[in-house]
Amino acid sequence: MEMLDIALPKGRLGEKVYSMFEKAGFPCPSIREENRKLIFENEELGIRFFWVKPSDVAIYVERGAADIGVAGKDILLEYEPDVYELLDLNIGKCRMAVAAKKDFRDNVNTTLRVATKFSNIAEHFYAEKCRDIDIIHLNGSIEIAPILGLSDVIVDIVETGKTLYENNLEPIETIVPISARLISNKASYQFKNEIIEKIRLGLSEQVGV
Amino acid sequence: MNIESKILKPDEKAACVLRSLYSNLGYCQYKMSKFEEYALYIRNKDFLVSDGIISFTDTNGRLLALKPDVTLSIINNSKDVPGHVQKLYYDENVYRISKSSRSYKEIRQTGLECIGDVGLLEICEVLLLAVRSLESISGNYIFELSHEGIVESVFDDYDIDTSIRGKLLSAVSRKSCAEIDAICSENNLSEKAKETIYVFTENYVSIDRAIESLESICLSDKSKASFKEFSFLVSFLVDAGFENKIKIDFSLTNDMSYYSGVAFKGYIKGIPASILSGGQYDKLMRKMGRSSGAIGFAVYLDALERFNLEEKEFDVDIVLLHSGNIADTLKTAESLSSAGNTVRVCNEIPKNLRYRHVLNVTQKGDN
Repeated sequence: MEMLDIALPKGRLGEKVYSMFEKAGFPCPSIREENRKLIFENEELGIRFFWVKPSDVAIYVERGAADIGVAGKDILLEYEPDVYELLDLNIGKCRMAVAAKKDFRDNVNTTLRVATKFSNIAEHFYAEKCRDIDIIHLNGSIEIAPILGLSDVIVDIVETGKTLYENNLEPIETIVPISARLISNKASYQFKNEIIEKIRLGLSEQVGV
Repeated sequence: MNIESKILKPDEKAACVLRSLYSNLGYCQYKMSKFEEYALYIRNKDFLVSDGIISFTDTNGRLLALKPDVTLSIINNSKDVPGHVQKLYYDENVYRISKSSRSYKEIRQTGLECIGDVGLLEICEVLLLAVRSLESISGNYIFELSHEGIVESVFDDYDIDTSIRGKLLSAVSRKSCAEIDAICSENNLSEKAKETIYVFTENYVSIDRAIESLESICLSDKSKASFKEFSFLVSFLVDAGFENKIKIDFSLTNDMSYYSGVAFKGYIKGIPASILSGGQYDKLMRKMGRSSGAIGFAVYLDALERFNLEEKEFDVDIVLLHSGNIADTLKTAESLSSAGNTVRVCNEIPKNLRYRHVLNVTQKGDN
């Protein structure tokens, strides 16, 4: 039987997503077992789940190693993979925002220094405003960049804003709302359309779409 | 000269088959130069699949580019001759930036272009050749069709501002209804407009259902005319016996400032991305100062590199160990090779070489 490969993001979001697949009628009981395995199969249903780093889900799907997967909109906007975005799962909700020190005042006479993990999103956002920026690509602890004078602002994911406030920062502008999306490889969508559509429908019933 | 097909790689085999398919229908090969004027590409940068162009200054100071595309060069060399249609095919390497590694890649591309007084006859012929191209590579393929004219005229019907059309098309190409929703509410588009745009993201299992649905959204004379042409082309392919191979999917969209009529893509099972892409590009012709029409497609042969690739058990059939007379050794090698074996002549067995048998010339027997 031909298998449908599903890439799930490791972590809390992935577990929520898996529960949705289970409710949609696509369970794989072995995934609940305590072990370090990364690949789980339900041969009867012809599905195979695997856990990958959340930022890698889109790559697995775009390159066809996974037929479908669940990725955050932040990753999709940043890497712009050539995939179908079949459903907004309405979970993992947060927003991509610009944040700065509480006393920040934008001086339009100078180039704005922007620290971020999401260079592409930041570039697009400021290009639309025709604002000259200098991107400082960081891989973590973005919040300390303005405090240490490395950047004027940061572009990052904001969920509750607690980390920002605790570091004397505040969100000053929302770029885009973020949530988890069901994505599909474009070729797989053609050849495994029936099962992918069944999954999409089963998941959409849970998000009320 | 006889060429053994078993030594050809899948992309080389496909290139041979496609060249013969196109030349048998009277398409002439177009050979382009490796370097072209940089200005040609930079003027039409948005038409290119990748945004990077390798450029350099020639000895006489001219800025040249290592070809990133073939179509622009073909149009550049074409002339408007009323009543005349130029039929060309090509098999060329192009140089583009790989999206994932951000480094330049050489990509082998075969395709054809039909330029001039292009009518329904030529469009049908190109569609047929596109389907036949897929069929010649694998029987397990899907040919996806849409029509830029329908999308554009429906956008016109709802007075959708040109500034948001690009964003809407991008959302349609990802089948992202969530994003279409967001764009429509941000720009105060009516519920009816939104519902109509949703039609372009639909997954149609049956052709009849797709045609019915498209007909219901084509209300103006312009959109009705585009719909009429599209349904004719679909019927042509159905009547030609490809009903089970074609799929109507309007998420297949191209840049509307270059493309005009029918658009299509081809997928082959086992290859994770589309392997064939094409369409009618009359608007690009206008941008390049031509009054005639054009349609064509490209087959991305590099995608075939790993297609149906079987892991070989052995690197060679026979390792022939030389000791003694050189002429005897090479004569033996030739005779073994003409019997259908692959033979590696060497003084000692190379490390990691996988072989079926070892033969010593002096012993002339299995070791």
